[in-house]
Amino acid sequence: MSALLELDGVGVAIGRIALLEGISLSVERGQVLGLVGESGSGKSLTAMAAMGLLPLIGGRVTHGAVRFGGQDMAAMTEAERRKLRGRRIGFVTQNPMTALDPVQRIGEQIDVVSRLHLGLTRAKARARTLDLMTQLRIPDAASVAEAWPHQLSGGMKQRIVIAMALAGDPDMIIADEPTTALDVTVQAQIIQILGALVRDRGVALLLITHDMGVVAQVCDRVAVLYAGRLAEEGPAGPIFAAPAHPYTAALIGCIPQDGMAKGSLTGIPGTVPSAAAFPPGCRFHPRCSRASDLCRRTAPPVAPHDAGRAACHHPGTVA
Amino acid sequence: MIAPVRALRRPQGGLAGLWLILVILAALFAPLLTPYAYDVQDLPNAYQPTSAQHWLGTDEFGRDLLTRLIHGARTSLSVSATAISISVLCGMVLGAAAAWFGGWLDRVVTMTVDLTWSFPEILIALILVAIIGPGTTGVMIAIAVAYLAQFTRLTRAQIMTLKGETFIEATRSLGAGNAHILFRHLLPNALAPVLVSAMLATGDAIILEATLGFFGLGAQPPVPSWGGMMSAGSTLVFKAPWVIIYPGLAVAITVVAINIYGDALIAELDIRSRLRRDG
Repeated sequence: MSALLELDGVGVAIGRIALLEGISLSVERGQVLGLVGESGSGKSLTAMAAMGLLPLIGGRVTHGAVRFGGQDMAAMTEAERRKLRGRRIGFVTQNPMTALDPVQRIGEQIDVVSRLHLGLTRAKARARTLDLMTQLRIPDAASVAEAWPHQLSGGMKQRIVIAMALAGDPDMIIADEPTTALDVTVQAQIIQILGALVRDRGVALLLITHDMGVVAQVCDRVAVLYAGRLAEEGPAGPIFAAPAHPYTAALIGCIPQDGMAKGSLTGIPGTVPSAAAFPPGCRFHPRCSRASDLCRRTAPPVAPHDAGRAACHHPGTVA
Repeated sequence: MIAPVRALRRPQGGLAGLWLILVILAALFAPLLTPYAYDVQDLPNAYQPTSAQHWLGTDEFGRDLLTRLIHGARTSLSVSATAISISVLCGMVLGAAAAWFGGWLDRVVTMTVDLTWSFPEILIALILVAIIGPGTTGVMIAIAVAYLAQFTRLTRAQIMTLKGETFIEATRSLGAGNAHILFRHLLPNALAPVLVSAMLATGDAIILEATLGFFGLGAQPPVPSWGGMMSAGSTLVFKAPWVIIYPGLAVAITVVAINIYGDALIAELDIRSRLRRDG
């Protein structure tokens, strides 16, 4: 199957500072791509680029192309891109607490999306809204639709945000850290709901997260970003079994597991460098245990590795 | 139940609200409430103190003071309320445009607003009335312009804050256009604080209107206004003190009532907590 969303060697800059370099990714229908990395690695920026929203934060695509359904987004007019957002791509924001308009009833906020994109009448839009809410296992949808955002819990609000993303009947959902602000128990429910959407509706899901545990639960493919570059990309199974990039291995080491001895959970020393001061060579080398002189001098190219791709001079091998 | 009604159920809000409703009703039905006309002189009965025929006494022309007070409420309230409405409407348009479009428009609006902000309202109003000429229309325009800066600033600040909220980003990423975001999300969210501030400003506007009336710049005789009545009474303080006392009390009580009710409304609307981040 051909890719629905394709980023081809995309570079993004805000002002003169290059924030993303050579990002190549693709997502197909019915597939979940997990986009992983620490804060500041460029995950959300990648999502903004995919939706053509970079001008909003003063950014622009400097290299490569973003294609949706085979069409180059840069060649579209802003009106065409606006029709894409909501209609073809649904977006789920990071913090559901502030993602809803506090002075509009829940139902209206979902209605308006299908009225705008599908041209439904008020009554038909409401019927669709209630239907979506029921599918997302929101109990007593009719009365929740009449409620105000402050009356709902965080998990419930996130379901409403997902319903808004689905209301335009999109082919793809981009979810930017959809569970970060929620309780662990609620996180599991939301991840389940998102997973079910991909299975039942065949939508493509780009799941942005810094939680490898979440990726392990639902993702078919994983893309690991570090400091604005792709570190590793490939099918989830092999990556979890034998990560090529030491950064991926370190992220996997951060997943707590049942029966783990106290103190055996590993962290990654240091922080992601800021875009103004990226180190030369491989950007991960100051924090890497495998770093050699080569890594300090030359940036590793993204090369095929096992079933995926990795950018490392000393990739790990299957043990 | 809507917030203005709930504010009435608060202990202070109720008393203040009741007074305001009373004054508004009196202003609306003024001609039906009293057997006297506000402009018919009855010189033999001038300077009468409180009596069964004239509950609040009569003025220097023998006109019934209660009748003039009720008709005065009409002038004071309608001029202040209309002026503030114009001010709010223009202020919201200017403030929203400045915040939304930014750039040179924002700079020009902000600079002009800051400039008028540095003069006292009474000075701006006096200058404007001097240009337009005395009378209710002049006073109305003068008050509207005097308070324009306040609402422009408030709306601009509200929209600037709201622009960065996640729900605006979320709406945009679901394909909403500029007009939709401005009219369906930004302005409705900015409305509650602006309306409460408008309510409180109406209290100030009543005082401003009375002041201009006292200087003889407001409604022209024989049409009564609270300020005009006080002006007439100021020469009679020792001979017939009620002529200045009653309109003075009307202004004072009404303004205090507006402030108390406004506070109750702020508490009921819970304006601050609605944008709370912790949900």
